[in-house]
Amino acid sequence: MIEFDHVNKHYGAHHVLRDITMTVSRGEVVVVCGPSGSGKSTLIKCVNALESYQSGHILVEGVDVKSKARSAAALRQRVGMVFQNFELYPHLSVIDNICIAQRVVLKRHAGEARERAWRLLDRVGLRDKAAAYPMNLSGGQQQRIAIARALALDPEIMLFDEPTSALDPEMINEVLDVMTALAADGMTMMVVTHEMGFARRVASRVVFMDKGEVVEDCSTTEFFNDTKSRADRTRQFLDKILSH
Amino acid sequence: MPDLSFIARNASFLFDGLLLSLTLTAAGVIGGLAVGIALVLVRLFTGVVGNCVVDAYVFVFRAIPLILVIFWFYFMVPLILGRPVGAWTSAIVAFTLFEGAYYSEILRAGLKSVRAGQMHAALAGGMNRAQALRYVIFPQAITAMIPIFLTQAIILFQDTSLVFVVSLHDFLTATTIIANRDGRLVETYASACLVYYLICLAATAGVDRLKRTFAR
Ligand SMILES: Nc1ncnc2c1ncn2[C@@H]1O[C@H](COP(=O)(O)OP(=O)(O)O)[C@@H](O)[C@H]1O
Ligand SMILES: [Mg+2]
Repeated sequence: MIEFDHVNKHYGAHHVLRDITMTVSRGEVVVVCGPSGSGKSTLIKCVNALESYQSGHILVEGVDVKSKARSAAALRQRVGMVFQNFELYPHLSVIDNICIAQRVVLKRHAGEARERAWRLLDRVGLRDKAAAYPMNLSGGQQQRIAIARALALDPEIMLFDEPTSALDPEMINEVLDVMTALAADGMTMMVVTHEMGFARRVASRVVFMDKGEVVEDCSTTEFFNDTKSRADRTRQFLDKILSH
Repeated sequence: MPDLSFIARNASFLFDGLLLSLTLTAAGVIGGLAVGIALVLVRLFTGVVGNCVVDAYVFVFRAIPLILVIFWFYFMVPLILGRPVGAWTSAIVAFTLFEGAYYSEILRAGLKSVRAGQMHAALAGGMNRAQALRYVIFPQAITAMIPIFLTQAIILFQDTSLVFVVSLHDFLTATTIIANRDGRLVETYASACLVYYLICLAATAGVDRLKRTFAR
């Protein structure tokens, strides 16, 4: 579904992605973790071409991300993305946030778009907020709407960039619950997160990155249980993150 | 109570001046906005060269006082075209091009005030750049820009008095003529102040209303 093949990216002299090679299969949930600045955001933004890279290939559904045969916009219809800071459109109501890309990008009729939006609002449990504006919602509610907005284009793949790290602790679970349900429905997901509980319960694989490198890429059980086989820096990271 | 009947007697002359000022302001706002949008689009959709051209344009029109721009268009454009263009046309062209430089900068600042994540979200949601600007960035930028647009329009309205250099009679020029002819400087200029004040008040009220419409 997503294949990284020797992907390298530099910011000037700074080598932010080092020879990344890995595969995310259909229906898999891959959690990507690692210290701040290790290149996690950059990696997933390469998948939907929000970031470029200098060498290597990324194939999404078999087509190269840089291929002229598919526009960036067409790629991004297949690949939904959820941001750390939600990035809902503040000038639009909740339902319009969910409808706008359907109308503009997919050219769906208003009725059809709204019907889809209502179903998604039910799915994230926020039907009663349809007419509200983002600024009047809690962080957790905003992020659930952001997930609904991304799902409105019926993507095959969902990317999450630290979806809960801007949230107050009591709101984290409502967002993770929506993501868990999405995974149960078979969505292919790449999730940058430090929520190791979520990783344990939901991820099929865990990737640990450090300094632009993939240090670990293994099954969730291996990652958490077979700690002897993990690299030193992975263990240090886990100790730090699991200790609080 | 001072005798203001001479103002009533000259009302039609003053009103013509006022009408000219208002028309010129409207033309400057609409034309300037069109030029400003065009310049910003050049910035957004062309590379370094386009940006340099717009930078140069903005620099030139900011460096030269409006009164000289009006003057130049009146006297120089006929030399280039080989026929006179008329005071009215040259004034409108001068205002449009001059205001365009300022509006393009206001628009640019407004677009910059929208956080970068919004563009990312719109692109990630499948929109192309033009759609993202149209549906996500522009509507948010407009709200931030409206007060500055208003200020600029009011300055423009006051600046219409500069067209006296090409012998057009705007409101202030008309007032000056009356004031000097009738020797009633204080009353005439005081009345002119009142008119400027009332128009500014009306414009502000109108814009407040507009702002409420835009802010959902
Ligand atoms: N626009 C940029 N210009 C230069 N360096 C950048 C830019 N964006 C990110 N970086 C650098 O790339 C590295 C990886 O960043 P990022 O992918 O955001 O890390 P993470 O998401 O893991 O915290 C960091 O060292 C960061 O400083
Ligand atoms: Mg990041």
